[in-house]
Amino acid sequence: MSDRPAATRVHDFAEVDQGLTAEEAIAEAARCLQCKKPLCVGGCPVCIDIPAFIAEVAEGNFAEAARLVKEQNMLPAICGRVCPQETQCEGVCILGKKETPIRIGALERFVADWERESGATLPEVAAPTGRRVAVVGSGPAGITAAADLARAGHAVTVYESLHEAGGVLTYGIPSFRMPKDVVKAEIEQVVRMGAEIKKNYLVGRSLPAEELLAYDAVFLATGAGLPSFMGIPGENLPGVYSANEFLTRVNLMHAEKFPAFDTPVKHAARVAVIGGGNVAMDAARVARRLGAKVFLIYRRREEDMPARLAEVHHAKEEGIEFLTCTNPVGIIGDAAVTGLECVKMSMCSLDASGRPSPEPETGSEFTLDVDMVIQAIGTSPNPLLVSLIPGLERGRKGNVVVDEDGRTSIPHVFAGGDIATGAATVIEAMGSAKKAAAGINRMLREA
Amino acid sequence: MTRLYTINTATEIADKIFEFWIDAPQVARNARAGQFLILRIDEKGERVPLTISAVDGDAVRVVFMAVGKTTEHLATLQAGDTLADVVGPLGKPSEIREYGTCCLVGGGAGIACTPIIARELKAAGNHVIGIIGSRNADLLILEDEMREVCDELFITTDDGSKGFHGYAADVLKRELDHRTIDAVWIIGPAIMMKVTSAATLPYGVKTFVSLNPIMVDGTGMCGSCRVTVGGETKFACVDGPEFDAHQVDFAELMQRQRIYTDQEKLAAEKFAEHVCRCGEGGHCHE
Ligand SMILES: Cc1cc2nc3c(=O)[nH]c(=O)nc-3n(C[C@H](O)[C@H](O)[C@H](O)COP(=O)(O)OP(=O)(O)OC[C@H]3O[C@@H](n4cnc5c(N)ncnc54)[C@H](O)[C@@H]3O)c2cc1C
Ligand SMILES: Cc1cc2nc3c(=O)[nH]c(=O)nc-3n(C[C@H](O)[C@H](O)[C@H](O)COP(=O)(O)OP(=O)(O)OC[C@H]3O[C@@H](n4cnc5c(N)ncnc54)[C@H](O)[C@@H]3O)c2cc1C
Ligand code: SF4
Ligand code: SF4
Ligand code: FES
Repeated sequence: MSDRPAATRVHDFAEVDQGLTAEEAIAEAARCLQCKKPLCVGGCPVCIDIPAFIAEVAEGNFAEAARLVKEQNMLPAICGRVCPQETQCEGVCILGKKETPIRIGALERFVADWERESGATLPEVAAPTGRRVAVVGSGPAGITAAADLARAGHAVTVYESLHEAGGVLTYGIPSFRMPKDVVKAEIEQVVRMGAEIKKNYLVGRSLPAEELLAYDAVFLATGAGLPSFMGIPGENLPGVYSANEFLTRVNLMHAEKFPAFDTPVKHAARVAVIGGGNVAMDAARVARRLGAKVFLIYRRREEDMPARLAEVHHAKEEGIEFLTCTNPVGIIGDAAVTGLECVKMSMCSLDASGRPSPEPETGSEFTLDVDMVIQAIGTSPNPLLVSLIPGLERGRKGNVVVDEDGRTSIPHVFAGGDIATGAATVIEAMGSAKKAAAGINRMLREA
Repeated sequence: MTRLYTINTATEIADKIFEFWIDAPQVARNARAGQFLILRIDEKGERVPLTISAVDGDAVRVVFMAVGKTTEHLATLQAGDTLADVVGPLGKPSEIREYGTCCLVGGGAGIACTPIIARELKAAGNHVIGIIGSRNADLLILEDEMREVCDELFITTDDGSKGFHGYAADVLKRELDHRTIDAVWIIGPAIMMKVTSAATLPYGVKTFVSLNPIMVDGTGMCGSCRVTVGGETKFACVDGPEFDAHQVDFAELMQRQRIYTDQEKLAAEKFAEHVCRCGEGGHCHE
């Protein structure tokens, strides 16, 4: 495996990590101990039979490996790329205790890529049940549920408000980390299994809530797309973006190719990105590719950053300057952004999550000269549709409340992914979608 | 593939102002006054918001002014052509109820947004006054339609070539001085909405404006459309587009509308050049 060198890759949007070759994959798979009680499986939110598929890779049986992976995960080329493996499957792999854990994510990606290039076989689909299920949102949660429901023989319609399917995979995660043809190919498989995707449908508006509720079952997977802003002065100045807007302009609308594509994005010389998660890393690396000197401003320490380790590492290689223990207090500018006022933070007593909570240091204020500010401080559940469904119970943070089967307060309405959990990960979204799809199947069988 | 989003008719109704009827069933069947749609011409196009100006069966009407790359490009399309995407209805519908006497003020291409609101206000039992204004008589649009739906209609032109010589704000003030008006809608360019809504402030009349910040998704996911209303940040695409005029920070709206001025100019120039060369317009047909 190899990453393309930072000096070249910052000039394009092609994928950074080149993946494993067949020889590398076989050699890596051969290291697996084939544990009797494999800890790795417990670390995977969708319980892929990891030792079994790795054993097939070691033997060079890539097609069988792909089949085994897809029993549990219809989007392996995606998960292999973006799962935070270090806190999931690889984080608990027994080999990690002494040496390096098996590179499960890279192997999963390898078999998925191999299969895509050599022609994917589709899982079997059950005979039609005559039941109609609506899935709202075509992100990882919606697509996963659609796959499982289509496989069970239900007539599935996925509604998506944007003009492309994929949710965050399409509009949020940049192509240098998540190539769009990979997303399209994995979604295409679900369509070939019989699910219909209707784009340009904002459910609640283009399809009234009553019509949605008329389906035999409904799965809500509208995600956590509502961007938060810090609430500091100067936030509405031209040159201040939410990460969602900045990334959408580039990933979905291809603003990096303006004027060949019509949607513009501002090009700045010096950009401050606020945040320490995957979203912040992605925004910083996109800004870098648009030619800027980029500062990443995070109020805690580097080890507290929630981003995947690989992304932190890639961002640094690409010359992103990290300003940790730093908090923005105001954006300066008259007609456009000219600077970001910050204060240094010291790490004090532990907060509820066990991390040291940052406190501003008096007299440590300073101004960073920047002409663009991107806020990547978090998102919350999309309120639009869920506020239009009467009787749907919601939690304090706007998330839809579900039970262990993914069922909401309305019996035939289920929910999963970020709309239920708040902003989380691709694989958690998929895990909750699978549970909900199983719940829907059970309900439709019993009814 | 099914041919969705067909343009049924495309007409230039005044200089640089176009009226399109577009087939978009899921928009038409659910649209209410005050809502908008977002369309994309083709795979390279941007998402442009346009107000839903009328509905007929499965088709919606939009009326737009050719002001930049996308609207100039749109203007080259003809009946029978299709659009890549149309999504809607977006935004909250106008607050329609029985107010008593309502006044709808439309300026320029903004006039296009008024008949659908007038119609719903009428149906809710209001007495509806229309005031429509443009720079000159040739640029005045939808006069007949407004005359038909409103109980009273006033026309203004900046140059006096038709109706009252002056601004819609002047006629609005004149009416407010001698009668009771219970609610006012003002729709037009930002500067016109700012000036005209200042006129209703002393009378304490409930006044709505339909804001037109730059948008991307139109579903509340990006924040491009944020506006300050009553000191709070709102997303015009989901919290609006109509807001209480007297609470809106117009200076900020106008500043944010200018974010991409340089790029817009570049895109328009490139487009004009392309139209000249191949006579077709649109994106390169390599
Ligand atoms: C920039 C970025 C980088 C990330 N990086 C990683 C990573 O490296 N690894 C990882 O595991 N996770 C990552 N995440 C988080 C991960 O992408 C999300 O947790 C995951 O996408 C959630 O999936 P979902 O299906 O619940 O929602 P989403 O992916 O948000 O999809 C929801 C979909 O529903 C649509 N929708 C919303 N409302 C409606 C409606 N009313 N009608 C119709 N459609 C509607 C939306 O347009 C959207 O397409 C990242 C997130 C972002 C923003
Ligand atoms: C809710 C809403 C409803 C609207 N309804 C109408 C309508 O009924 N008729 C009409 O003629 N116009 C309407 N507009 C404005 C219309 O969207 C813009 O004129 C159009 O996007 C211009 O695109 P362009 O490429 O031709 O011009 P550009 O060269 O891109 O820009 C010209 C002007 O349009 C504004 N603009 C550019 N892009 C956008 C965008 N994505 N969203 C909003 N404004 C933008 C710019 O600030 C600039 O002042 C509406 C805007 C909004 C937000
Ligand atoms: S889906 Fe994610 S957590 Fe599960 S095995 Fe693959 S990379 Fe690991
Ligand atoms: S825990 Fe590690 S070594 Fe054991 S089966 Fe899983 S991947 Fe192989
Ligand atoms: S246009 Fe993106 S939030 Fe309104």
